Amino acid sequence: MLAESLFFSAVLFTIGVVGVLTRRNAIIVFMCVELMLNAVNLTFVAFAQVYGVAGQVFVFFVMTVAAAEAAVGLAIIIALFRHRHTVDLSNINLLKG
Amino acid sequence: MPHNELPLFYVFHFYLFGIIAVASAIAFVTRKSPVAAALWLVNTMFSLAALYVLLDAHFIGVIQVLVYAGAIMVVFLFVIMLLNLGHASDVGDARGMGWKLAAGLVGLALLAQVFALTKVHVPEALALPENAIANQVAAQGAIAPVAGPLFHQYLLAFEVTSVLLLAAVVGAVVLGRRGERVDVG
Repeated sequence: MLAESLFFSAVLFTIGVVGVLTRRNAIIVFMCVELMLNAVNLTFVAFAQVYGVAGQVFVFFVMTVAAAEAAVGLAIIIALFRHRHTVDLSNINLLKG
Repeated sequence: MPHNELPLFYVFHFYLFGIIAVASAIAFVTRKSPVAAALWLVNTMFSLAALYVLLDAHFIGVIQVLVYAGAIMVVFLFVIMLLNLGHASDVGDARGMGWKLAAGLVGLALLAQVFALTKVHVPEALALPENAIANQVAAQGAIAPVAGPLFHQYLLAFEVTSVLLLAAVVGAVVLGRRGERVDVG
């Protein structure tokens, strides 16, 4: 089922990218990043079935990084919301030049 | 990968959960309300857990439900409710037509690239014998095949992960602190 897994993974990753590009709510953009991480995890697990269990170990590390990223990212969003009273990314343009 | 004929039951469930995952992901990016979006994403993650189990990664499937759907998404829902973002804003938060068009083009280009990548040939010699992982799981249980390499071959990476988590916790506490400004540098 390697080819099918790679197909689903590619579609999920693309949906995540399109979500990041089309949404302005910071939290939804963040969840789209999680969706992309999940798509990559599916690739890892699919390859692990054919090429050895190291892929599954790597999924573990990806999940750890995702947890750390979620903690810090959501803290940043909360700090941002306290400061600007919005999570709309089009209002957060301090670095826009 | 040459594989023997898989049972129809297996193939049916693989496609079923794959299609549920993709459909939930599409519902997730199109929902206006953040809470609805988060719940659709949870549905995607459950389907992915089912796919992991079908791919002989039972333990990863359990961890997917516990950690991803259970812990990470609950934190997301906490923040959505803490910031009172549960209602869909009247305007909606989708960007304009230009952005959508650009995103569609980027998405198509990306999809084409990824599909080109899946055509890459990996040397046959690298592949394990047929059903190697499934046999390993049958012989040692679901956890031992993952735990073995994790605590031997990848022990250093595992230990470094603890430093990463500590840094993330400290960072989250510092960022989430109310009151005085945090001076950086």
